Amino acid sequence: MGPRAQHIAAYWGGLALLTWEVFRNAWLPRRYLPLVVAEFDGMGVRSLVVAGTAAIFTGMVFALQSAVYLSRFGADLYVGPLVGLSVLRELGPVLTAILVGGKVASGITAELGSMKVTEQIDALRAIGVNYVKRLIVPRVLAALFVFPLLTALADFIALVGGMLIAVFERRIDVYLYWNTIFYWVIIRDLVTGVGKSFFFGVIVTLIGAHNGLAMTGGTEGLGRATTATVVQVSVAVIIADFFLTKLFLLL
Amino acid sequence: MAPPEDPASREPARPGAPAGPAVSLEGIWKAFTGAPVLRGLDFEVPRQNTVTVMGGSGSGKTVLLRLTAGLIKPDRGRIETLGVDITPLREEALLPVRRRMGFVFQGAALFDSLTVYENVAYPLREHATLSEDEVAERVHRLLARVGLRDAVDAKLPAELSGGMRKRVGIARALVLAPELVLYDEPTAGLDPTNARLITELVESLKAEGASETALIVTHDLDFAQSVSDLIAVLIGGRIAQVGPPEAIRHSTLPEVQAFMAGKAP
Repeated sequence: MGPRAQHIAAYWGGLALLTWEVFRNAWLPRRYLPLVVAEFDGMGVRSLVVAGTAAIFTGMVFALQSAVYLSRFGADLYVGPLVGLSVLRELGPVLTAILVGGKVASGITAELGSMKVTEQIDALRAIGVNYVKRLIVPRVLAALFVFPLLTALADFIALVGGMLIAVFERRIDVYLYWNTIFYWVIIRDLVTGVGKSFFFGVIVTLIGAHNGLAMTGGTEGLGRATTATVVQVSVAVIIADFFLTKLFLLL
Repeated sequence: MAPPEDPASREPARPGAPAGPAVSLEGIWKAFTGAPVLRGLDFEVPRQNTVTVMGGSGSGKTVLLRLTAGLIKPDRGRIETLGVDITPLREEALLPVRRRMGFVFQGAALFDSLTVYENVAYPLREHATLSEDEVAERVHRLLARVGLRDAVDAKLPAELSGGMRKRVGIARALVLAPELVLYDEPTAGLDPTNARLITELVESLKAEGASETALIVTHDLDFAQSVSDLIAVLIGGRIAQVGPPEAIRHSTLPEVQAFMAGKAP
């Protein structure tokens, strides 16, 4: 096995082991619950602007594109359902996971990586603290709540963005826009998108944590690890989206 | 279910405590990227002693300390720390053993987002069931003991000098009244004044029995001779000689003589 293959095997093996350790240590002592709450703020509240901005412009662009091409067939009144289905099922969860996930995961990599470089993780271990419970599980648990909530919010904002284009640029009646959405979009569409975001949140957090803990090479290595995290999160979300879409279609 | 043991209430070892060594390393091999650092090392740290391991840069002193704390695993050999064979233990099983130890890192390894007070209190919050007043009393007593006034309580590690960070690290390592304290190069990177202050601090902590046993790694000969009951010289991945400071200073072994004279191996 060449060095490149060994490196890839080590990466996936390490990620799998960390995933297992996180699930084994998922039950937190009460004194760690404030850490989860703190992560709600760091992951969720501080990502609202990113998620909201991306969502509104995504909705606007999709509505604009849809309306132009649907109008060729005289079907521009279906802009609402097209935006709704696309955002709720795919664009909302995926773009939120990529944008927010990249931000959150790179932050986790940077924090854990710098803790590793300065021996703070070894200090935790030497004090007799389970560092997986202390540093990683709170983040994963917070992601399980934050990503679905952010996705739901982003979905709504994207629909509003679509409405702005539909109503003010394409002169579609605002009630028609929303009525057609509620007629064609079913709960399953929302559940599919939000359901995916649970998995995206866990994937994003685990990649960020693993890259931080596994980094080598001092400050230069920390920079490489942080950059790699952003790329890996994007790719992982897109690949996972394919398999999750297949799964939810089967359910 | 019985409440967990409160390490803060643990009494110091009494006569009649286990007679075995505090640390025992047998046949230890450890390599990094194929290059062996420790080559079949055998070493014991008797209880109620301050033992210093000396060696050149890259000789494996810090590796030996990390192996003792179970922070890294040996490639071969057996390690017993505080009567527990830690060699096969997984991370979670090592935690109770580590709670009986204190570790003073070379760079202090303070938690940089926590204040001095919170750094020293951290082990108490994790492992002890004390009231906030009791935590405060213990933290302030230890900070005073290491020569730091209450005024540093609210400071972050980045606002401290190297010597002050080292002293906070010592206070944090002692807060749970450990049976064994591991010091990694306690005077490294310090100016002569701070190095002397740390030396005096370790001497006084030893004199008052702040911990039952101490294992120190250093290349600072003056420090080693001031604080040690025994000095072990690490050369070529093995312990070349162990003995009282005077015996090491007047060693007849050529490699130890060369090390003491500051000559390359």
